[in-house]
Amino acid sequence: MSSTTKTSPVRPGASKAGGEAGRLLARLRLSRGFAWLVLFVIILVTLFPFFWILRTALTTNSSLFTGDQSMLPPEPTLVNFRRVLGLATDEEVRAAGGSGAELRFWLYLRNSVVFSTLVTVGQVTSCAMAAYAFARLKWRGRDAVFYVFLSSLMVPPVFILIPNFILLSDLDLLDTFAGLVAPFIFMTPFMVFFLRQFFLGISSELEEAARLDGAGHVRIFARICVPVMAAPLTTAAILAYVIAWNEFMWPLVAGNDPSVRVLTVGLSVFRSGQPQAAPDWSGLMAATVLGALPVILLFLLMGRRIVDSIQFTGIK
Amino acid sequence: MRERWQRLRQHQGAVASLFLLPAGFGFAIFYLWPSLRALYMSFTDYSLLRGEGELVGLQNYEDMIADPLFWQSMRVTGLYVLINIVVQTILALLIAVMMDRLTRSVIIRGILVLPWLIPQVVVGLLWLWMLDPRLGVVNHLLNVVGIGSQGFLGSPDQVVPSLAGINTWRFVGYTALLLFAGLQMIPKHLYESAALDGAGEIRMFFRVTLPLLRPVLALVLVLSVVGSFQVFDLVQVATGGIGGQPGGPADSSLVIYVYIFRQAFNFNNAGYAAAMSAVLAVLLALVTVLIMRGLRGSRSDLA
Repeated sequence: MSSTTKTSPVRPGASKAGGEAGRLLARLRLSRGFAWLVLFVIILVTLFPFFWILRTALTTNSSLFTGDQSMLPPEPTLVNFRRVLGLATDEEVRAAGGSGAELRFWLYLRNSVVFSTLVTVGQVTSCAMAAYAFARLKWRGRDAVFYVFLSSLMVPPVFILIPNFILLSDLDLLDTFAGLVAPFIFMTPFMVFFLRQFFLGISSELEEAARLDGAGHVRIFARICVPVMAAPLTTAAILAYVIAWNEFMWPLVAGNDPSVRVLTVGLSVFRSGQPQAAPDWSGLMAATVLGALPVILLFLLMGRRIVDSIQFTGIK
Repeated sequence: MRERWQRLRQHQGAVASLFLLPAGFGFAIFYLWPSLRALYMSFTDYSLLRGEGELVGLQNYEDMIADPLFWQSMRVTGLYVLINIVVQTILALLIAVMMDRLTRSVIIRGILVLPWLIPQVVVGLLWLWMLDPRLGVVNHLLNVVGIGSQGFLGSPDQVVPSLAGINTWRFVGYTALLLFAGLQMIPKHLYESAALDGAGEIRMFFRVTLPLLRPVLALVLVLSVVGSFQVFDLVQVATGGIGGQPGGPADSSLVIYVYIFRQAFNFNNAGYAAAMSAVLAVLLALVTVLIMRGLRGSRSDLA
């Protein structure tokens, strides 16, 4: 390798010597500028819908129906948020063009929080234990059992939806939180796989040292592996939470009763309860903003970790 | 020595079964057992209303072959998957390569993955509003630039491409991030030597980047094919118009998941629905194996 390439590592044109170099460099800069432009447009397209939900949520239905498409809300108002949160008076609701269809936001929000929290805690705990058994313990038939577990990745959720529905119906657990979380709380194949990859990476010296000190497996798992794995376990928990928060099909069939109805189902029911004539777009968008808010907050706090974990999935 | 090793193994086996207890229970009760039960149900005329069913042999599978709506739903799903894969993979590759060359910014990567975090139901509602024929902002913009209003989700011809477009909006950043991670694994010196050989940007992409990205590309393809075959939330929420029947207009967006759901829960043909999901499960397994084989996805040229 020549010394010129060492100073200009990746850029192809830059390594060329001679009179051509200047022209090449200019062309390169031009194409980089163009690439930045494309990236900028993609980011704009990605973000615009978020801006537009917010814009709609801050507008009253009556001014939506005048067809005003200005980028900023013509007469910004918080009435839609107050309507969704149940803080507005009946008069305000009617004036804002509310349809009277009820979105019991606080109740559905609570249900979503309960559902997602239970699922996350259960899933991460039991999958971490399983991952430990698959990665750190030596036993007969380990790999075979692991592949059987992994094969459940191939089962489409709709295939097991009906039998699970029947099972929980027989157990009289439909429309209860227990029934809602049951199919998710013990494991997902992805989580076992994801955590096993991390457990494989723990150095065995640490484990040996602990064993010499007379620690049993439960102690090694709880006192050594879990602290060492704090970062990946947090990542796994965030992913589990987001996925649970977004879950729709199972809660739609197993938890349609308002007492356990989660936000995603609530939003879809709210939508289909609309009269044909005048959908309550601004109310719906306000609810949508509030429904996406927890995930967005989580993202603002943990963005880097989420990005890293997705990239990790790509490498392994 | 040998004896001790065997004892150790036995001991670890006992510990392992303890550690596997909760996950194993979940696997057996909510994955394995329902899979077997669904397979059995597909040979019965089970109805959720009656809560029972009689064995009917291959009747459900014969009905499926003769059912025009089943074939319609397969066509619709196939088209949806195809548009998704082509558009999404190419766009994601483009974004990943650009990010690799331009920036390491976590903020940009974060923004790109943001739509993936939002519930599909919310995504559906959002685009239902943005694509509204009369009041939606997209049609407004199209009118401004002189293209004119489109039917989008309300038009039988445009509903599937529209859904695929929405899904691409949601997933392309996530896919790009996976590919971006794969790009980081390619040693930089390979690009240097290719550049020394006088290879241009485009040739390097096809000679270095694409071949070495193969394992990640295979993973991405499997994820997006299997994922888009199973589209449900989006169609359920965004099609059929406000208050309409999901899968509309006129069944033109009746993807297989929606049809299975409709047969099981609206028409009370759980047996028939189970048969269709069994076919879908086999189909998805086949597609996965084909992609992994075709791209030799489990082997890397770097190793």
